[in-house]
Amino acid sequence: MVHTIALAGNPNSGKTTLFNALTGARQHVGNYPGVTVEKKTGVYKIDDREFSLVDLPGTYSMTAYSLEEVIARDFIATQKPAVVVDIVDAANLERNLYLTLQIIEMGVPVCIALNMMDVAKSRGVRIDAPRLSALLGVPVVPTVARNGTGKKELMAAAAQVADTYAGPKELNVSYGEDIDSALAEMEPIISRGQFLTQYYPARWVALKYLEADEQIVSAGRRADAHVSEKLEQIAGRVASHLNRTLDTDAESIIADHRFGFIKSIIRQGVIEVENEQNRLYLSDQIDKVLINRLAGPFIMAGVVLLLYHFTFAFSEIPAAWMESGFAALRGMAEAHMAEGVLKSLVISGIIDGVGGVLGFVPIILLMFLGITILEDSGYLARVAFMLDRVFKVFGLHGSSVMPFIVSGGIAGGCAVPGIMAARTLKSPKERLATLLTVPFMNCGAKLPVFALLIGAFFASHKAWVMFAVTLMSWGGALAVAWVLRKTIIRGTATPFIMELPPYRLPTVRGVLIHAWERTWQYIRKAATVILAISILLWALMSFPGLPADQAEIFGPGQEAALAGAELRHSVAGRIGTSLEPVTELAGFDWRTNIALVGGFAAKEVIVSTLGTAYSMGEIDAEEASGLSRRLARSPQWGPLTAFALIVFVMFYSPCFVAVVCIAREAGSWKWAVFSVAFNTVLAFVLAVSVYQAGSLLGLG
Amino acid sequence: MQLINMREMKERQSGKIKAIRARRELGRRIRDMGLVPGTEFLVKGRAPLKDPVALRIAGFTLTLRNSEADFIEVEVE
Repeated sequence: MVHTIALAGNPNSGKTTLFNALTGARQHVGNYPGVTVEKKTGVYKIDDREFSLVDLPGTYSMTAYSLEEVIARDFIATQKPAVVVDIVDAANLERNLYLTLQIIEMGVPVCIALNMMDVAKSRGVRIDAPRLSALLGVPVVPTVARNGTGKKELMAAAAQVADTYAGPKELNVSYGEDIDSALAEMEPIISRGQFLTQYYPARWVALKYLEADEQIVSAGRRADAHVSEKLEQIAGRVASHLNRTLDTDAESIIADHRFGFIKSIIRQGVIEVENEQNRLYLSDQIDKVLINRLAGPFIMAGVVLLLYHFTFAFSEIPAAWMESGFAALRGMAEAHMAEGVLKSLVISGIIDGVGGVLGFVPIILLMFLGITILEDSGYLARVAFMLDRVFKVFGLHGSSVMPFIVSGGIAGGCAVPGIMAARTLKSPKERLATLLTVPFMNCGAKLPVFALLIGAFFASHKAWVMFAVTLMSWGGALAVAWVLRKTIIRGTATPFIMELPPYRLPTVRGVLIHAWERTWQYIRKAATVILAISILLWALMSFPGLPADQAEIFGPGQEAALAGAELRHSVAGRIGTSLEPVTELAGFDWRTNIALVGGFAAKEVIVSTLGTAYSMGEIDAEEASGLSRRLARSPQWGPLTAFALIVFVMFYSPCFVAVVCIAREAGSWKWAVFSVAFNTVLAFVLAVSVYQAGSLLGLG
Repeated sequence: MQLINMREMKERQSGKIKAIRARRELGRRIRDMGLVPGTEFLVKGRAPLKDPVALRIAGFTLTLRNSEADFIEVEVE
């Protein structure tokens, strides 16, 4: 039988590093059922035994307030892992043991990894692991996850715990007279009624009733309403007593006593300090500069620019390789396939579609290499700290800043990695609001559209218009976030209480594994959903074909005009034409409409589709660069129409790759559909307002 | 010795937590991070717009918003 080992621990305790050290490349990333929290599993082999390892979300506690904690707790209680390995940061013992205590109280087999022993030692702190083990009643194994020290001993100890486990250990922390006597009253009721006892020890259930833990109380009500009511009565009585006499609640008393218990353990010779050096001395010195109130923001701007430069400069080369690879594939299909629908499907639907999507891979990989380095080094938390005040105004969180910047907060990003970067946000409401608003940023694919229109109509004020465009996208995104947080994602701000981890040099392995995971998830999507949508869009723009008699009108050298006629005849073309009466309000004709429909596939397509549509009826097929001049000459176009189109392109539906990512990250297609519909309506209203107001003022 | 609200503390000022007035989720989160009565700390710094505040506790650094610091009563010299 393969035993399951669950890894639990505080964020920044080295849990993921240890997981990587144990499983190497043999890991699988998925999600916990129904939620978007990452579930990492892997395999560890020792002698001829095999263990299945699960990396639980990093948590500070085991309450029902955060999704991560509920997941970790549910996994431990319902999946009954053979042993829970709790990773404890040796240099930060007290706070880490707070979680340890709660895991032991759950009555499951536990083994402690006393991690970062090297850091503690260098700080002049000696921890007596055997003593700690004796006091807690569970094995304690010193480890250094960064270089793998102690991992064999840890797994051997864990295996031993799994083999010899003989039922829950009683730790019997005292919670003071009020709580203790309530526990004594509740425990027999729970045991007698076998109330939730298949999952949890009686004492733990009683504690959760006293803490008024919503999840356990509602599970209890479903299991046995009668017992639950008796327990709620006792808990209510204790609560009102504590409120009256001490002006506090049971939760606070329980937490205080847990910390008291931990202090008493540590004082019993567990820690020996020889000339303590401040372990955080270096981090504090670095912080004096990096989060300095004056210099900090400038350094931050520099770091972000560097990240951008790094990503886009280095992704150009592999992106060009991929492009030429797909061009070669295209050429092969062009040369060897018979003319017809199948050829068009392979070239325009599959190769161009998948090629366009995989073209993002170098950017995603490099962007995440950069972000992971910033995250693992501890700098990202500082960025969130410095900018939280600004983002809080709009109902967002300091950690929203990275997704915004990556998506094109400085023109030229991409919403796909931006949406994926929102994963660092732990507060669900702020995270959803971030996911839904980052697509308003000016991604690299919108830039050619803006460049075309600005070049044609605002040539004398290029820089200013571009600057205005950037401000508009930030203003729009933040305003929408504000509205969303006041309406459909309403709710008070999630507490910001966040740790600033000590600065650390990221490990090469950790960074590579993390960046590759994100990229691989994206590639997998490209192979399935994205391919299907790409084929659908191709079909929309290809069928029905132009009847032969109409196609004959175009002779040799008029291929571009023929393409335009074919496009107008297709479903997409008909959609564009039939929408014209509505879109006229914003100054868009049917050609623009088709381009915008195509833009749903990828915003780059807007320019090429406009080119095709505008080549209709022209005798000479002009080059793409001529499009700008042609638009400038066209009677339907003017600066006002161009500006309305810029506004529309900025705010309308995210491209379908981004939509797929939103569905995945928000955990529901509902939000993806919302984002398509809401953004498009918003963009249309804004574009119409611009166009109509401009026309009234005589700017058209 | 005097009791003040954490929001009123200056940079580089140290103090000792006297009481946490928040309950439910906020109170829980504050305590889970190790901020319990008796904890000694130093105000390490503030963000450029004076909010949030960074606290240096024995082995780690925590940040919290002023609106959260409001619930924490501190004993200072």
